[in-house]
Amino acid sequence: MAAPVLRWSCPARRWILANIDRGPRHGRGSPTGSRSSGKRGQSSVAQQPLATAQKPRKGEHQWAAVVGLEIHAQISSNSKLFSGSQVHFAAPPNSLVSFFDASLPGTLPVLNRRCVEAAVMTGLALNCHINKKSLFDRKHYFYADLPAGYQITQQRLPIAVKGSLAYSVFVGKNRNQVINKTVRIKQIQLEQDSGKSLHDDLRSQTLIDLNRAEGQLRVDANISVHHPGEPLGVRTEVKNLNSARFLAKAIDYEIQRQIEELENGGEILNETRSFDCKLGCTVPMRDKEGKQDYRFIPEPNLPPLLLYDSASLPAGADPQQVINIDQLREQLPELPRVTREKLVQQYGMLPEHSFTLLNEVGLLEFFQNVMKETRAEPKRVTSWVLNTFLGFLKQQNLAVSESPVTPSALAELLNLLDQKTISSAAAKKVFEELWRSGGKTPAQIVSEKRLELMQDQEALEELCQATMEKHPQVVMDLKKGNPRAINKLIGLVRKATLNRADPTVIKEMLERQLSS
Amino acid sequence: MLGRTLREVSVALKQGQITPTELCQECLSLIKKTKFLNAYITVSEEVALKQAEESEERYKKGYVPPYNATVVQKLLDQGALLMGKTNLDEFAMGALGSDTGGSTRNPAALCGVVGLKPTYGLVSRHGLIPLVNSMDVPGILTRCVDDAATVLGVLAGHDCKDSTTVQDPVKSFILPSLTDVSKLCIGIPKEYLVPELSSEVQSLWSKAAKLFESEGAKVIEVSLPHTSYSIVCYHVLCTSEVASNMARFDGLEYGHRCDINVSTEAMYAATRREGFNDVVRGRILSGNFFLLKENYENYFIKAQKVRRLIANDFVNVFNSGVDVLLTPTTLSEAVPYVEFIKEDNRTRSAQGDIFTQAVNMAGLPAVSVPMALSNQGLPIGLQFIGRAFCDQQLLTVAKWFEKQVQFPIIQLQEIMGDCSSVFENDLASVSLKQ
Repeated sequence: MAAPVLRWSCPARRWILANIDRGPRHGRGSPTGSRSSGKRGQSSVAQQPLATAQKPRKGEHQWAAVVGLEIHAQISSNSKLFSGSQVHFAAPPNSLVSFFDASLPGTLPVLNRRCVEAAVMTGLALNCHINKKSLFDRKHYFYADLPAGYQITQQRLPIAVKGSLAYSVFVGKNRNQVINKTVRIKQIQLEQDSGKSLHDDLRSQTLIDLNRAEGQLRVDANISVHHPGEPLGVRTEVKNLNSARFLAKAIDYEIQRQIEELENGGEILNETRSFDCKLGCTVPMRDKEGKQDYRFIPEPNLPPLLLYDSASLPAGADPQQVINIDQLREQLPELPRVTREKLVQQYGMLPEHSFTLLNEVGLLEFFQNVMKETRAEPKRVTSWVLNTFLGFLKQQNLAVSESPVTPSALAELLNLLDQKTISSAAAKKVFEELWRSGGKTPAQIVSEKRLELMQDQEALEELCQATMEKHPQVVMDLKKGNPRAINKLIGLVRKATLNRADPTVIKEMLERQLSS
Repeated sequence: MLGRTLREVSVALKQGQITPTELCQECLSLIKKTKFLNAYITVSEEVALKQAEESEERYKKGYVPPYNATVVQKLLDQGALLMGKTNLDEFAMGALGSDTGGSTRNPAALCGVVGLKPTYGLVSRHGLIPLVNSMDVPGILTRCVDDAATVLGVLAGHDCKDSTTVQDPVKSFILPSLTDVSKLCIGIPKEYLVPELSSEVQSLWSKAAKLFESEGAKVIEVSLPHTSYSIVCYHVLCTSEVASNMARFDGLEYGHRCDINVSTEAMYAATRREGFNDVVRGRILSGNFFLLKENYENYFIKAQKVRRLIANDFVNVFNSGVDVLLTPTTLSEAVPYVEFIKEDNRTRSAQGDIFTQAVNMAGLPAVSVPMALSNQGLPIGLQFIGRAFCDQQLLTVAKWFEKQVQFPIIQLQEIMGDCSSVFENDLASVSLKQ
């Protein structure tokens, strides 16, 4: 059997060699960790088209960066992971602390079912393998916001592993070229959060709030650089980034810093850094960890977490006592990728638009509600929602839920436009008015401001005629072939109609009249 | 009244022969008279009397209790009175302790009372200050086996606040009075016959074995081959968990905190140095050593594996038809203080726990039952070890044994009554000399 196996593997190898000869490829992700990589930095090492037969050697001038993200996401639940105390955003300090949270001796952790379900659903949404058995461990270190002197986490065997997330990046001048990528998810684990520290430098003291840290998302980024083909470089960790923007800036900065450091003959320390958002740079953190040994031990008060699926569920099991992965899978809401595909299919929407719709909280629902009540074309609705509506929201820094314009109002407006009751320009004015003064309907605004398009074709014909007679010079220019003359005429007619005529219609009429 | 069993007293209370307050006064009075024994660290006289008052009320109506450790709560729910924290308890109606390596059974044996360590997972540890979470169990100290069963019946059962308690419903613990032991198989582990065992204890152990045999039980020698590793295994696991459990004592949330303000680390270090004694500090340092990344595999993981082997030793023995194991509880009678302080704590506990700690590592139920007085007049007890969750069977056998040996339970009240003044002066002067 040896010979056939060898024969199969050869073509593959040849393929890889061919690729290297043809030019630099996208750096591959590293074997472990959820990494995404890309070439950064100087334009001299910008991606080269594959067609070029250039040979990059050992990449002395080329750098590949490797980034791994550790994402801390707070689970939406009524009570905490291990204690019965409640979770409330912005509660007074230390008002939601049970005996267990304060680490009083004799208190024991009790696992919150809802949190386990949330973790499983997250794992399923990220295409992970759900471990039917997972374990809890203690991670020891001393810090004021960690009252027990250890954190309960899942170091040995977490609840979900080996997942992936497909995503798209929009590049190009108009950001309309799509590149589809996949990032690997190494694992998902349940763990306790620490308390919140508030440093009072004035009085040289630190205050601890054991309600548990607020802020629903925190990211630590691990970054290293290396030459393609060589081993991975030393990594640094940039901690506590809580916005996508800062995350991107921190990573970009750190990659640059590491490249510069190495090119100047320096070395990268395996250290923890933080991001100074004002200065836009990463700085070393006070070395509270150094080479920390967390002295992990299994958490003795929590037996292994066992999950079941429909096949392995024991007969007669009390549903209160078990979690069925298959059941949770059925309860998963539609994943964004599927929703986006549907939008593209159903409405002929551009992919990048489907992303925008889903990336703003509540925007998709808004869009769908407008679609329900209007006969206007999806493309028009999309344009109005993503450009006009979203534009106004962003300008005033509002969320969709805070919008003064309701989906019904926008739908009505679009209907008026669709019926050619008003012009595009008029519609924009109506929208502005809707935004400013909630309560009035589009119809009301149109009538108040007399924005209806002229319906009387005859009257319009007469006006066109009259305008041309009044401005023979412009007509002369037009006949001479001056392209701007027609616009001037249109403008004049529009003015005469008090902007109640559609310029396209006017243009048509003028041209007809001129040609006859 | 103080010499009766729990059930008898309970009946008397119900029938109004004695009121809770009267009973409480009797206990308090005896505590005061025997103050020289230093049995009680704290006497919560006011609390006890108040609870006695409430108890009198309760005989009439329902009651909703406040927060406490689950086991304490369960006892309070049943109308028990908390007399205080005991140092050593030799005459209580029932006391709670904790047993991690024998710390309920050993004192019980040395003081001539019954000390029960239930199966791990049967009784809630919520509210029990942990030493070794995977071995700790609330321990029960009583004057007779029936009382221990009564208390266990109150305490056993799933507690949602303790995830290591079993879900299965618990049967009641009323013990039958065994008359026929011919169907019993008693195992005698040969590895427990160690050179350090005192001749008195050894002979009582033999006598007990012969007693079972003469009444028709099958008594066989069994082997627990990994016994010799249990002390070291226990030491590694115990210190590792202690190091972890003591990490919370940093002076920040509760307890002693020293005044150092230079930095958090400095404050922690000083607080913990002051707050912990030598023994505890030693255990913490050892435990942390074993848990270091470079040592974890060789010490902690290895000890876990050995623990599994030790537990399997018991499984194998019970699977071969043995119902209950009979062993000594302690190496000898109580050692005088002067002798005791000659050895350091580690050696001392290594020696002292040799018969009891393997049981904690295996999670099995075990009970120490007083058998006889030594030549010096000090109590000696023997230990019975049962199968996991067969606590009732274990106690049934223990009860039979207790009836057979008729250990002379100390009746302090009578002694105090007869020669109170003489006793007080004599014993007081003895303790002063030491």
